[in-house]
Amino acid sequence: MDNVKIRELSKIATKARILGLDAIHSANSGHIGGAFSAVDIMTVLFFETMRNIDPKNPKQPNRDRFVLSKGHGTAALYPTLALRGFFPIEDLKTFRHIDSYLSGHAEMNHVPGVDMSAGSLGQGLSAAVGMALAGKLDHAGYRVYAMMGDGEIQEGQIWEAAMAAGKYKLDNLVGIVDYNRLQIDGTVAEVMPLEPLKEKWKSFGWETFEIDGHDYAAIAQVFEDAKQIKNKPVMVIANTVKGKGVSFMENNVNWHGHPPAEDEYQRAMAELKKALEDLEG
Amino acid sequence: MGNTGSVKQAYAEILAQLGKENEKIVAIDADLQACSLTDKFSDSFPDRHFNVGIAECNMVGIAAGMATCGKIPFVHSFAMFTAGRAYDQIRNSVVYPHLNVKVMGMYAGFTNGEDGPTHQCVEDLSLMRTIPGNVVLCPSDANETKQMVRAVAEYDGPCYIRMPRSATQTHTDIPGYQFEIGKGVELCDGKDVAIIATGIMVERAMQAAQLLKEEGICARVIDMHTIKPIDRQIILKAADETGAIVTTEDHNIIGGLGSAVAEVLAENRCVPFIRHGVKDAFGKSGKFEAVMELHGLTAQGIIACAKAVIAQK
Repeated sequence: MDNVKIRELSKIATKARILGLDAIHSANSGHIGGAFSAVDIMTVLFFETMRNIDPKNPKQPNRDRFVLSKGHGTAALYPTLALRGFFPIEDLKTFRHIDSYLSGHAEMNHVPGVDMSAGSLGQGLSAAVGMALAGKLDHAGYRVYAMMGDGEIQEGQIWEAAMAAGKYKLDNLVGIVDYNRLQIDGTVAEVMPLEPLKEKWKSFGWETFEIDGHDYAAIAQVFEDAKQIKNKPVMVIANTVKGKGVSFMENNVNWHGHPPAEDEYQRAMAELKKALEDLEG
Repeated sequence: MGNTGSVKQAYAEILAQLGKENEKIVAIDADLQACSLTDKFSDSFPDRHFNVGIAECNMVGIAAGMATCGKIPFVHSFAMFTAGRAYDQIRNSVVYPHLNVKVMGMYAGFTNGEDGPTHQCVEDLSLMRTIPGNVVLCPSDANETKQMVRAVAEYDGPCYIRMPRSATQTHTDIPGYQFEIGKGVELCDGKDVAIIATGIMVERAMQAAQLLKEEGICARVIDMHTIKPIDRQIILKAADETGAIVTTEDHNIIGGLGSAVAEVLAENRCVPFIRHGVKDAFGKSGKFEAVMELHGLTAQGIIACAKAVIAQK
Protein backbone atom coordinates (compact mmCIF):
# COMPACT_ATOMS: atom_id res chain seq x y z
CA MET A 1 0.00 0.00 0.00
CA ASP A 2 1.45 3.37 -1.02
CA ASN A 3 1.80 6.39 1.22
CA VAL A 4 -0.98 8.27 -0.54
CA LYS A 5 -3.42 5.52 0.24
CA ILE A 6 -2.21 5.26 3.83
CA ARG A 7 -2.66 9.00 4.27
CA GLU A 8 -6.14 8.80 2.78
CA LEU A 9 -7.21 5.99 5.15
CA SER A 10 -5.61 7.79 8.07
CA LYS A 11 -7.65 10.91 7.26
CA ILE A 12 -10.87 8.93 7.11
CA ALA A 13 -10.15 7.21 10.42
CA THR A 14 -9.31 10.52 12.07
CA LYS A 15 -12.55 12.04 10.76
CA ALA A 16 -14.38 8.98 12.11
CA ARG A 17 -12.78 9.55 15.51
CA ILE A 18 -13.86 13.20 15.45
CA LEU A 19 -17.40 12.22 14.52
CA GLY A 20 -17.45 9.44 17.12
CA LEU A 21 -16.26 11.81 19.82
CA ASP A 22 -18.90 14.33 18.79
CA ALA A 23 -21.62 11.69 18.78
CA ILE A 24 -20.70 10.51 22.27
CA HIS A 25 -20.45 14.10 23.48
CA SER A 26 -23.87 14.88 22.05
CA ALA A 27 -25.39 11.80 23.70
CA ASN A 28 -23.33 12.27 26.85
CA SER A 29 -23.09 8.49 26.67
CA GLY A 30 -21.24 5.82 24.70
CA HIS A 31 -18.12 3.68 24.50
CA ILE A 32 -15.19 5.71 23.27
CA GLY A 33 -12.17 3.57 24.20
CA GLY A 34 -13.20 0.45 22.27
CA ALA A 35 -14.42 2.55 19.36
CA PHE A 36 -11.04 4.22 18.95
CA SER A 37 -9.17 0.92 19.21
CA ALA A 38 -11.34 -0.58 16.44
CA VAL A 39 -11.89 2.30 14.03
CA ASP A 40 -8.72 1.89 11.96
CA ILE A 41 -9.68 -1.70 11.15
CA MET A 42 -13.24 -0.67 10.23
CA THR A 43 -11.87 2.08 8.01
CA VAL A 44 -9.76 -0.39 6.05
CA LEU A 45 -12.66 -2.85 5.80
CA PHE A 46 -15.20 -0.34 4.50
CA PHE A 47 -12.86 1.77 2.34
CA GLU A 48 -10.46 -0.84 1.03
CA THR A 49 -11.26 -4.49 1.69
CA MET A 50 -14.96 -5.23 1.49
CA ARG A 51 -16.43 -5.92 -1.96
CA ASN A 52 -19.84 -5.21 -3.45
CA ILE A 53 -20.94 -2.85 -0.72
CA ASP A 54 -23.13 -0.11 -2.07
CA PRO A 55 -24.51 2.63 0.18
CA LYS A 56 -27.43 3.05 -2.23
CA ASN A 57 -28.27 -0.63 -1.98
CA PRO A 58 -27.10 -1.69 1.47
CA LYS A 59 -28.80 -5.10 1.40
CA GLN A 60 -27.58 -6.35 -1.96
CA PRO A 61 -27.20 -10.11 -1.62
CA ASN A 62 -23.65 -10.58 -2.92
CA ARG A 63 -22.04 -7.97 -0.63
CA ASP A 64 -19.30 -8.79 1.82
CA ARG A 65 -20.70 -8.66 5.34
CA PHE A 66 -19.45 -7.12 8.55
CA VAL A 67 -20.69 -8.24 11.97
CA LEU A 68 -19.77 -5.99 14.86
CA SER A 69 -20.00 -8.65 17.53
CA LYS A 70 -18.71 -6.13 20.07
CA GLY A 71 -21.95 -4.26 19.44
CA HIS A 72 -20.97 -1.35 21.69
CA GLY A 73 -18.44 -0.24 19.08
CA THR A 74 -21.06 1.91 17.34
CA ALA A 75 -19.11 5.13 17.92
CA ALA A 76 -16.66 3.66 15.38
CA LEU A 77 -19.07 1.81 13.10
CA TYR A 78 -21.68 4.54 12.60
CA PRO A 79 -19.14 7.26 11.72
CA THR A 80 -17.43 4.83 9.33
CA LEU A 81 -20.74 4.00 7.65
CA ALA A 82 -21.72 7.68 7.46
CA LEU A 83 -18.39 8.60 5.89
CA ARG A 84 -18.87 5.73 3.42
CA GLY A 85 -22.20 7.29 2.43
CA PHE A 86 -24.75 4.99 4.04
CA PHE A 87 -26.53 7.85 5.84
CA PRO A 88 -26.04 11.60 6.43
CA ILE A 89 -23.05 12.53 8.57
CA GLU A 90 -25.09 15.14 10.46
CA ASP A 91 -27.37 12.37 11.78
CA LEU A 92 -24.48 11.20 13.98
CA LYS A 93 -25.30 14.09 16.31
CA THR A 94 -28.52 12.26 17.19
CA PHE A 95 -26.62 9.13 18.33
CA ARG A 96 -28.39 7.45 21.26
CA HIS A 97 -31.14 10.10 21.31
CA ILE A 98 -34.73 8.98 21.83
CA ASP A 99 -35.91 10.20 18.42
CA SER A 100 -32.93 8.84 16.47
CA TYR A 101 -32.43 5.65 14.48
CA LEU A 102 -28.81 5.51 15.66
CA SER A 103 -29.20 3.22 18.65
CA GLY A 104 -26.54 2.63 21.29
CA HIS A 105 -25.64 -0.82 20.05
CA ALA A 106 -25.49 -2.04 16.44
CA GLU A 107 -28.96 -2.35 14.92
CA MET A 108 -29.56 -3.91 11.51
CA ASN A 109 -33.14 -2.92 10.75
CA HIS A 110 -32.83 0.82 11.21
CA VAL A 111 -29.21 1.68 10.48
CA PRO A 112 -28.25 1.30 6.80
CA GLY A 113 -25.08 -0.72 6.36
CA VAL A 114 -25.37 -2.71 9.58
CA ASP A 115 -25.53 -6.39 8.69
CA MET A 116 -26.39 -7.82 12.11
CA SER A 117 -27.80 -6.48 15.35
CA ALA A 118 -25.53 -7.07 18.32
CA GLY A 119 -25.06 -5.97 21.87
CA SER A 120 -25.32 -8.99 24.13
CA LEU A 121 -21.68 -10.05 23.93
CA GLY A 122 -20.54 -13.31 22.43
CA GLN A 123 -23.32 -13.70 19.86
CA GLY A 124 -21.96 -12.11 16.69
CA LEU A 125 -19.48 -14.80 15.70
CA SER A 126 -22.30 -17.37 15.58
CA ALA A 127 -24.29 -15.10 13.28
CA ALA A 128 -21.21 -14.65 11.10
CA VAL A 129 -20.82 -18.45 10.93
CA GLY A 130 -24.47 -18.63 9.80
CA MET A 131 -23.85 -16.04 7.09
CA ALA A 132 -20.74 -17.88 5.90
CA LEU A 133 -22.62 -21.20 5.84
CA ALA A 134 -25.44 -19.60 3.85
CA GLY A 135 -22.85 -18.21 1.45
CA LYS A 136 -21.39 -21.69 0.92
CA LEU A 137 -24.86 -23.16 0.46
CA ASP A 138 -25.71 -20.58 -2.20
CA HIS A 139 -22.27 -20.77 -3.85
CA ALA A 140 -22.10 -17.01 -3.32
CA GLY A 141 -18.68 -15.41 -3.37
CA TYR A 142 -19.13 -13.01 -0.49
CA ARG A 143 -16.87 -12.95 2.56
CA VAL A 144 -17.91 -12.38 6.15
CA TYR A 145 -15.91 -10.30 8.63
CA ALA A 146 -16.71 -10.48 12.35
CA MET A 147 -15.10 -8.20 14.89
CA MET A 148 -14.95 -9.22 18.54
CA GLY A 149 -13.71 -7.49 21.62
CA ASP A 150 -10.99 -9.18 23.62
CA GLY A 151 -13.07 -9.23 26.79
CA GLU A 152 -15.98 -10.48 24.71
CA ILE A 153 -14.25 -13.73 23.81
CA GLN A 154 -14.48 -14.76 27.44
CA GLU A 155 -18.06 -15.67 26.51
CA GLY A 156 -18.44 -19.42 25.95
CA GLN A 157 -20.59 -19.01 22.85
CA ILE A 158 -17.58 -17.59 20.98
CA TRP A 159 -15.83 -20.93 21.35
CA GLU A 160 -18.94 -22.84 20.29
CA ALA A 161 -18.91 -20.74 17.13
CA ALA A 162 -15.15 -21.22 16.79
CA MET A 163 -15.63 -25.00 16.78
CA ALA A 164 -18.42 -24.81 14.22
CA ALA A 165 -16.41 -22.58 11.86
CA GLY A 166 -13.57 -25.09 12.04
CA LYS A 167 -15.88 -28.04 11.43
CA TYR A 168 -17.43 -26.45 8.36
CA LYS A 169 -14.06 -25.19 7.03
CA LEU A 170 -15.42 -21.70 6.51
CA ASP A 171 -12.70 -20.08 4.42
CA ASN A 172 -15.13 -17.26 3.61
CA LEU A 173 -15.08 -16.16 7.26
CA VAL A 174 -12.57 -13.81 8.86
CA GLY A 175 -12.67 -13.07 12.57
CA ILE A 176 -10.94 -10.11 14.16
CA VAL A 177 -10.11 -9.75 17.84
CA ASP A 178 -9.71 -6.12 18.87
CA TYR A 179 -7.01 -6.90 21.42
CA ASN A 180 -6.74 -3.67 23.39
CA ARG A 181 -6.13 -5.62 26.60
CA LEU A 182 -8.62 -3.67 28.73
CA GLN A 183 -12.16 -4.46 29.82
CA ILE A 184 -14.60 -2.76 32.19
CA ASP A 185 -13.21 -4.15 35.44
CA GLY A 186 -9.52 -3.89 34.60
CA THR A 187 -6.96 -5.52 32.37
CA VAL A 188 -7.98 -8.62 30.45
CA ALA A 189 -4.98 -10.38 31.98
CA GLU A 190 -6.33 -9.73 35.48
CA VAL A 191 -10.02 -10.28 34.89
CA MET A 192 -9.72 -13.44 32.78
CA PRO A 193 -6.55 -14.05 30.82
CA LEU A 194 -6.83 -15.11 27.17
CA GLU A 195 -3.29 -16.23 26.50
CA PRO A 196 -2.07 -18.14 24.68
CA LEU A 197 -4.64 -16.61 22.36
CA LYS A 198 -3.16 -17.49 18.99
CA GLU A 199 -2.75 -21.09 20.01
CA LYS A 200 -6.34 -21.25 21.21
CA TRP A 201 -7.74 -20.24 17.83
CA LYS A 202 -5.27 -22.44 16.02
CA SER A 203 -6.34 -25.44 18.06
CA PHE A 204 -9.96 -24.75 17.08
CA GLY A 205 -9.02 -25.12 13.42
CA TRP A 206 -8.40 -21.50 12.46
CA GLU A 207 -5.51 -19.97 10.54
CA THR A 208 -4.27 -17.10 12.70
CA PHE A 209 -2.50 -13.85 11.95
CA GLU A 210 -1.27 -11.25 14.37
CA ILE A 211 -1.01 -7.60 13.34
CA ASP A 212 -0.76 -4.05 14.61
CA GLY A 213 -4.40 -2.99 14.45
CA HIS A 214 -3.47 0.64 13.76
CA ASP A 215 -1.16 -0.07 10.80
CA TYR A 216 -3.33 0.49 7.71
CA ALA A 217 -0.99 -1.32 5.35
CA ALA A 218 -0.75 -4.32 7.65
CA ILE A 219 -4.52 -4.44 8.14
CA ALA A 220 -5.21 -4.31 4.40
CA GLN A 221 -2.51 -6.90 3.72
CA VAL A 222 -3.79 -9.38 6.29
CA PHE A 223 -7.28 -9.35 4.73
CA GLU A 224 -5.67 -10.01 1.33
CA ASP A 225 -3.56 -12.81 2.80
CA ALA A 226 -6.68 -14.28 4.38
CA LYS A 227 -8.20 -14.76 0.93
CA GLN A 228 -5.42 -17.20 0.09
CA ILE A 229 -6.29 -19.50 2.99
CA LYS A 230 -8.43 -22.43 1.89
CA ASN A 231 -10.57 -24.87 3.88
CA LYS A 232 -10.39 -23.05 7.17
CA PRO A 233 -11.50 -19.80 8.76
CA VAL A 234 -9.05 -17.02 9.53
CA MET A 235 -8.60 -15.18 12.81
CA VAL A 236 -6.81 -11.86 12.88
CA ILE A 237 -5.52 -10.93 16.31
CA ALA A 238 -5.19 -7.19 16.11
CA ASN A 239 -3.04 -5.62 18.78
CA THR A 240 -4.67 -2.30 19.49
CA VAL A 241 -4.66 0.59 21.95
CA LYS A 242 -7.84 1.43 23.79
CA GLY A 243 -8.69 5.10 23.24
CA LYS A 244 -6.14 5.33 20.38
CA GLY A 245 -5.72 8.83 19.00
CA VAL A 246 -6.38 10.86 22.15
CA SER A 247 -3.32 10.96 24.39
CA PHE A 248 -5.07 10.99 27.75
CA MET A 249 -7.52 8.25 26.77
CA GLU A 250 -4.96 5.78 25.47
CA ASN A 251 -4.53 2.59 27.51
CA ASN A 252 -6.80 3.93 30.23
CA VAL A 253 -9.61 1.62 31.29
CA ASN A 254 -11.65 4.54 32.60
CA TRP A 255 -12.47 5.39 28.99
CA HIS A 256 -14.37 2.17 28.36
CA GLY A 257 -17.88 3.48 28.71
CA HIS A 258 -18.05 6.91 30.20
CA PRO A 259 -18.43 10.09 28.17
CA PRO A 260 -15.92 12.95 28.34
CA ALA A 261 -16.68 16.00 30.46
CA GLU A 262 -16.77 19.31 28.60
CA ASP A 263 -13.09 20.18 29.13
CA GLU A 264 -12.04 16.63 28.27
CA TYR A 265 -14.12 16.82 25.12
CA GLN A 266 -12.45 20.09 24.13
CA ARG A 267 -8.96 18.70 24.74
CA ALA A 268 -9.70 15.47 22.86
CA MET A 269 -11.22 17.37 19.95
CA ALA A 270 -8.24 19.71 19.78
CA GLU A 271 -5.87 16.73 19.55
CA LEU A 272 -7.89 15.02 16.83
CA LYS A 273 -8.32 18.21 14.81
CA LYS A 274 -4.61 18.84 15.01
CA ALA A 275 -3.97 15.32 13.76
CA LEU A 276 -6.35 15.88 10.86
CA GLU A 277 -4.74 19.22 9.99
CA ASP A 278 -1.33 17.58 9.97
CA LEU A 279 -2.62 14.91 7.60
CA GLU A 280 -4.26 17.44 5.31
CA GLY A 281 -1.37 19.91 5.42
CA MET B 1 -62.66 -38.88 18.52
CA GLY B 2 -60.03 -39.64 15.96
CA ASN B 3 -57.00 -41.84 15.91
CA THR B 4 -53.86 -41.53 17.94
CA GLY B 5 -50.98 -39.88 16.11
CA SER B 6 -47.40 -39.03 16.93
CA VAL B 7 -46.84 -35.30 17.06
CA LYS B 8 -43.12 -35.62 16.50
CA GLN B 9 -43.57 -37.97 13.54
CA ALA B 10 -45.99 -35.47 12.06
CA TYR B 11 -43.41 -32.72 12.56
CA ALA B 12 -40.69 -34.77 10.88
CA GLU B 13 -42.96 -35.47 7.91
CA ILE B 14 -44.13 -31.92 7.36
CA LEU B 15 -40.62 -30.47 7.71
CA ALA B 16 -39.36 -32.84 5.02
CA GLN B 17 -42.35 -31.98 2.82
CA LEU B 18 -41.81 -28.24 3.29
CA GLY B 19 -38.13 -28.74 2.51
CA LYS B 20 -39.19 -30.14 -0.85
CA GLU B 21 -41.44 -27.16 -1.53
CA ASN B 22 -39.11 -24.40 -0.39
CA GLU B 23 -35.36 -24.64 -0.77
CA LYS B 24 -34.82 -21.72 1.62
CA ILE B 25 -35.73 -23.99 4.53
CA VAL B 26 -32.75 -25.34 6.49
CA ALA B 27 -32.73 -27.46 9.64
CA ILE B 28 -30.22 -27.26 12.48
CA ASP B 29 -29.76 -29.72 15.32
CA ALA B 30 -27.71 -29.72 18.49
CA ASP B 31 -27.08 -33.44 18.85
CA LEU B 32 -30.72 -34.37 19.42
CA GLN B 33 -31.61 -35.39 15.90
CA ALA B 34 -32.75 -38.68 17.37
CA CYS B 35 -35.51 -36.67 19.07
CA SER B 36 -36.28 -34.05 16.44
CA LEU B 37 -36.38 -36.78 13.78
CA THR B 38 -35.01 -34.36 11.22
CA ASP B 39 -33.33 -37.32 9.51
CA LYS B 40 -36.38 -37.35 7.24
CA PHE B 41 -35.30 -33.85 6.19
CA SER B 42 -31.55 -34.44 6.17
CA ASP B 43 -31.84 -37.67 4.14
CA SER B 44 -33.47 -35.68 1.35
CA PHE B 45 -31.51 -32.45 1.78
CA PRO B 46 -28.15 -33.27 3.36
CA ASP B 47 -26.67 -29.91 2.31
CA ARG B 48 -29.39 -28.04 4.14
CA HIS B 49 -29.05 -29.82 7.46
CA PHE B 50 -26.46 -28.86 10.07
CA ASN B 51 -25.64 -30.61 13.32
CA VAL B 52 -23.68 -28.11 15.38
CA GLY B 53 -23.12 -30.34 18.38
CA ILE B 54 -24.24 -29.69 21.93
CA ALA B 55 -24.20 -25.92 21.58
CA GLU B 56 -27.72 -24.53 21.55
CA CYS B 57 -26.74 -20.87 21.90
CA ASN B 58 -24.48 -21.15 18.88
CA MET B 59 -27.21 -23.01 16.99
CA VAL B 60 -29.63 -20.12 17.48
CA GLY B 61 -26.97 -17.57 16.51
CA ILE B 62 -26.05 -19.49 13.35
CA ALA B 63 -29.73 -19.60 12.43
CA ALA B 64 -29.96 -15.84 12.91
CA GLY B 65 -27.02 -15.28 10.57
CA MET B 66 -28.52 -17.61 7.96
CA ALA B 67 -31.86 -15.81 8.21
CA THR B 68 -30.15 -12.50 7.36
CA CYS B 69 -29.13 -14.21 4.11
CA GLY B 70 -32.67 -15.28 3.25
CA LYS B 71 -32.74 -18.78 4.71
CA ILE B 72 -35.63 -20.05 6.84
CA PRO B 73 -33.91 -22.01 9.61
CA PHE B 74 -35.72 -24.42 11.94
CA VAL B 75 -33.63 -25.05 15.07
CA HIS B 76 -34.15 -28.03 17.33
CA SER B 77 -33.48 -29.06 20.89
CA PHE B 78 -35.39 -29.78 24.05
CA ALA B 79 -37.53 -26.82 25.18
CA MET B 80 -35.25 -26.61 28.22
CA PHE B 81 -32.25 -25.91 26.01
CA THR B 82 -33.77 -23.66 23.35
CA ALA B 83 -36.23 -21.50 25.31
CA GLY B 84 -34.25 -22.03 28.50
CA ARG B 85 -30.55 -22.12 27.73
CA ALA B 86 -30.62 -19.98 24.59
CA TYR B 87 -33.11 -17.39 25.85
CA ASP B 88 -30.69 -14.49 25.40
CA GLN B 89 -29.78 -15.59 21.86
CA ILE B 90 -33.45 -16.01 20.91
CA ARG B 91 -34.24 -12.57 22.33
CA ASN B 92 -31.27 -10.60 21.04
CA SER B 93 -30.08 -12.40 17.90
CA VAL B 94 -33.48 -13.52 16.57
CA VAL B 95 -36.58 -11.75 17.86
CA TYR B 96 -35.17 -8.25 18.43
CA PRO B 97 -33.96 -8.03 14.79
CA HIS B 98 -37.18 -9.87 13.76
CA LEU B 99 -35.32 -12.61 11.90
CA ASN B 100 -37.14 -15.46 10.22
CA VAL B 101 -36.00 -18.23 12.56
CA LYS B 102 -38.28 -20.98 13.83
CA VAL B 103 -37.29 -22.26 17.26
CA MET B 104 -38.54 -25.70 18.26
CA GLY B 105 -38.89 -26.61 21.93
CA MET B 106 -39.03 -30.40 21.76
CA TYR B 107 -40.07 -32.72 24.61
CA ALA B 108 -41.66 -29.85 26.51
CA GLY B 109 -43.45 -30.03 29.85
CA PHE B 110 -43.21 -33.41 31.57
CA THR B 111 -43.05 -35.40 28.37
CA ASN B 112 -39.38 -36.06 29.16
CA GLY B 113 -40.65 -38.08 32.14
CA GLU B 114 -37.83 -40.29 33.38
CA ASP B 115 -35.13 -37.72 32.66
CA GLY B 116 -36.45 -35.61 35.52
CA PRO B 117 -36.71 -31.91 36.33
CA THR B 118 -33.51 -30.78 34.58
CA HIS B 119 -35.10 -31.86 31.30
CA GLN B 120 -38.74 -31.01 32.05
CA CYS B 121 -39.32 -27.46 30.96
CA VAL B 122 -42.45 -25.95 32.52
CA GLU B 123 -41.56 -22.32 31.89
CA ASP B 124 -40.83 -22.09 28.15
CA LEU B 125 -44.17 -20.53 27.20
CA SER B 126 -43.63 -17.89 29.84
CA LEU B 127 -40.08 -17.11 28.70
CA MET B 128 -40.98 -16.99 25.02
CA ARG B 129 -44.22 -15.07 25.51
CA THR B 130 -42.58 -12.10 27.19
CA ILE B 131 -40.19 -11.40 24.31
CA PRO B 132 -41.76 -8.50 22.39
CA GLY B 133 -43.21 -9.60 19.04
CA ASN B 134 -42.47 -13.29 19.41
CA VAL B 135 -45.09 -15.73 18.12
CA VAL B 136 -45.62 -18.66 20.50
CA LEU B 137 -47.41 -21.85 19.52
CA CYS B 138 -48.19 -25.29 20.90
CA PRO B 139 -49.91 -27.98 18.82
CA SER B 140 -52.40 -30.42 20.32
CA ASP B 141 -52.18 -33.27 17.84
CA ALA B 142 -50.50 -34.59 14.71
CA ASN B 143 -52.91 -32.95 12.28
CA GLU B 144 -52.60 -29.56 13.93
CA THR B 145 -48.81 -29.91 13.99
CA LYS B 146 -48.68 -30.33 10.24
CA GLN B 147 -50.91 -27.36 9.54
CA MET B 148 -49.13 -25.25 12.16
CA VAL B 149 -45.63 -25.90 10.85
CA ARG B 150 -46.76 -25.07 7.34
CA ALA B 151 -48.24 -21.77 8.56
CA VAL B 152 -45.07 -21.01 10.51
CA ALA B 153 -42.91 -21.60 7.45
CA GLU B 154 -45.08 -19.20 5.48
CA TYR B 155 -45.06 -16.55 8.21
CA ASP B 156 -42.14 -14.14 7.85
CA GLY B 157 -40.77 -13.69 11.36
CA PRO B 158 -39.63 -15.40 14.54
CA CYS B 159 -41.73 -18.19 16.05
CA TYR B 160 -41.40 -20.56 18.96
CA ILE B 161 -43.17 -23.92 18.80
CA ARG B 162 -43.54 -25.97 21.96
CA MET B 163 -43.55 -29.62 20.92
CA PRO B 164 -44.70 -32.47 23.10
CA ARG B 165 -42.99 -35.83 22.84
CA SER B 166 -45.99 -38.05 23.19
CA ALA B 167 -48.62 -39.27 20.80
CA THR B 168 -52.09 -37.83 21.28
CA GLN B 169 -55.62 -38.43 20.16
CA THR B 170 -56.34 -36.51 16.99
CA HIS B 171 -59.13 -34.00 17.59
CA THR B 172 -58.60 -31.48 14.88
CA ASP B 173 -59.09 -33.76 11.89
CA ILE B 174 -62.62 -32.46 11.54
CA PRO B 175 -64.50 -30.83 8.66
CA GLY B 176 -63.88 -27.13 8.45
CA TYR B 177 -60.74 -27.16 10.59
CA GLN B 178 -58.28 -24.65 9.24
CA PHE B 179 -55.23 -23.67 11.25
CA GLU B 180 -54.58 -19.96 11.56
CA ILE B 181 -51.94 -18.36 13.78
CA GLY B 182 -53.69 -16.50 16.60
CA LYS B 183 -57.11 -18.15 16.15
CA GLY B 184 -58.18 -20.64 18.79
CA VAL B 185 -60.44 -23.55 17.85
CA GLU B 186 -63.72 -24.47 19.51
CA LEU B 187 -63.59 -28.27 19.54
CA CYS B 188 -66.88 -28.80 21.31
CA ASP B 189 -69.59 -26.40 22.36
CA GLY B 190 -70.95 -26.02 25.86
CA LYS B 191 -72.71 -23.42 27.97
CA ASP B 192 -71.84 -24.28 31.58
CA VAL B 193 -68.07 -23.81 31.53
CA ALA B 194 -65.29 -23.25 29.01
CA ILE B 195 -62.07 -25.24 29.23
CA ILE B 196 -59.30 -23.49 27.38
CA ALA B 197 -56.48 -25.96 26.78
CA THR B 198 -53.18 -26.09 24.94
CA GLY B 199 -50.92 -28.87 23.67
CA ILE B 200 -51.37 -32.30 25.21
CA MET B 201 -53.90 -30.95 27.71
CA VAL B 202 -56.43 -30.61 24.87
CA GLU B 203 -56.76 -34.38 24.84
CA ARG B 204 -57.39 -34.41 28.59
CA ALA B 205 -59.82 -31.52 28.31
CA MET B 206 -61.82 -33.47 25.74
CA GLN B 207 -61.92 -36.47 28.07
CA ALA B 208 -63.01 -34.19 30.91
CA ALA B 209 -65.80 -32.71 28.77
CA GLN B 210 -67.03 -36.20 27.93
CA LEU B 211 -67.09 -37.21 31.60
CA LEU B 212 -68.75 -33.94 32.65
CA LYS B 213 -71.42 -34.51 30.02
CA GLU B 214 -72.30 -37.79 31.72
CA GLU B 215 -72.94 -35.74 34.85
CA GLY B 216 -75.10 -33.29 32.92
CA ILE B 217 -72.49 -30.54 32.76
CA CYS B 218 -71.98 -29.07 29.35
CA ALA B 219 -68.36 -27.96 28.86
CA ARG B 220 -66.98 -26.04 25.91
CA VAL B 221 -63.43 -27.03 24.92
CA ILE B 222 -61.16 -24.55 23.19
CA ASP B 223 -57.87 -25.64 21.65
CA MET B 224 -55.65 -22.60 22.18
CA HIS B 225 -52.77 -23.56 19.92
CA THR B 226 -51.46 -19.99 19.83
CA ILE B 227 -50.33 -18.59 23.16
CA LYS B 228 -49.19 -15.38 21.54
CA PRO B 229 -50.85 -13.48 20.01
CA ILE B 230 -53.66 -14.75 22.22
CA ASP B 231 -57.14 -15.02 20.68
CA ARG B 232 -59.04 -12.40 22.74
CA GLN B 233 -62.24 -12.85 20.81
CA ILE B 234 -62.67 -16.54 21.54
CA ILE B 235 -61.91 -15.95 25.24
CA LEU B 236 -64.42 -13.12 25.62
CA LYS B 237 -67.06 -15.06 23.71
CA ALA B 238 -66.52 -18.02 26.02
CA ALA B 239 -66.75 -15.77 29.08
CA ASP B 240 -70.02 -14.26 27.83
CA GLU B 241 -71.61 -17.53 26.78
CA THR B 242 -70.47 -19.84 29.60
CA GLY B 243 -69.71 -17.49 32.50
CA ALA B 244 -66.93 -19.71 33.87
CA ILE B 245 -63.42 -20.36 32.54
CA VAL B 246 -60.77 -22.97 33.26
CA THR B 247 -57.39 -22.93 31.54
CA THR B 248 -55.28 -26.06 31.45
CA GLU B 249 -51.64 -26.50 30.46
CA ASP B 250 -48.69 -28.80 31.23
CA HIS B 251 -46.71 -25.70 32.17
CA ASN B 252 -46.30 -23.52 35.20
CA ILE B 253 -49.52 -21.63 35.92
CA ILE B 254 -47.30 -18.55 36.09
CA GLY B 255 -46.64 -16.98 32.72
CA GLY B 256 -48.14 -19.43 30.23
CA LEU B 257 -51.63 -19.99 28.84
CA GLY B 258 -53.35 -19.36 32.19
CA SER B 259 -51.66 -16.02 32.56
CA ALA B 260 -52.37 -15.03 28.96
CA VAL B 261 -56.09 -15.76 29.41
CA ALA B 262 -56.11 -14.09 32.85
CA GLU B 263 -54.72 -10.91 31.32
CA VAL B 264 -57.55 -10.78 28.80
CA LEU B 265 -60.24 -11.57 31.36
CA ALA B 266 -58.94 -9.23 34.07
CA GLU B 267 -59.17 -6.25 31.76
CA ASN B 268 -62.50 -7.12 30.18
CA ARG B 269 -64.77 -9.56 31.98
CA CYS B 270 -65.46 -10.47 35.56
CA VAL B 271 -66.16 -14.21 35.49
CA PRO B 272 -65.10 -17.08 37.74
CA PHE B 273 -61.74 -18.33 36.52
CA ILE B 274 -59.26 -21.04 37.53
CA ARG B 275 -55.82 -21.82 36.12
CA HIS B 276 -55.16 -25.56 36.01
CA GLY B 277 -51.53 -26.51 35.45
CA VAL B 278 -48.24 -26.98 37.24
CA LYS B 279 -48.52 -25.09 40.51
CA ASP B 280 -45.14 -23.35 40.52
CA ALA B 281 -43.24 -26.59 41.04
CA PHE B 282 -40.52 -28.63 39.38
CA GLY B 283 -41.31 -32.07 38.04
CA LYS B 284 -39.90 -35.41 39.08
CA SER B 285 -38.33 -38.45 37.46
CA GLY B 286 -40.88 -41.05 36.55
CA LYS B 287 -43.07 -42.40 33.80
CA PHE B 288 -44.60 -39.48 31.91
CA GLU B 289 -48.16 -40.37 32.95
CA ALA B 290 -47.05 -40.78 36.57
CA VAL B 291 -45.48 -37.31 36.64
CA MET B 292 -48.64 -35.88 35.07
CA GLU B 293 -50.74 -37.66 37.71
CA LEU B 294 -48.50 -36.35 40.50
CA HIS B 295 -49.21 -32.79 39.38
CA GLY B 296 -52.91 -33.41 38.80
CA LEU B 297 -52.57 -32.89 35.08
CA THR B 298 -55.37 -35.33 34.29
CA ALA B 299 -58.95 -35.24 33.07
CA GLN B 300 -59.99 -35.64 36.72
CA GLY B 301 -57.91 -32.62 37.68
CA ILE B 302 -59.65 -30.56 35.01
CA ILE B 303 -63.07 -31.84 36.11
CA ALA B 304 -62.40 -30.72 39.69
CA CYS B 305 -61.46 -27.25 38.47
CA ALA B 306 -64.52 -27.08 36.20
CA LYS B 307 -66.84 -27.93 39.06
CA ALA B 308 -65.12 -25.45 41.37
CA VAL B 309 -65.40 -22.65 38.86
CA ILE B 310 -69.06 -23.42 38.14
CA ALA B 311 -69.75 -23.30 41.89
CA GLN B 312 -68.38 -19.74 41.96
CA LYS B 313 -70.94 -18.52 39.40
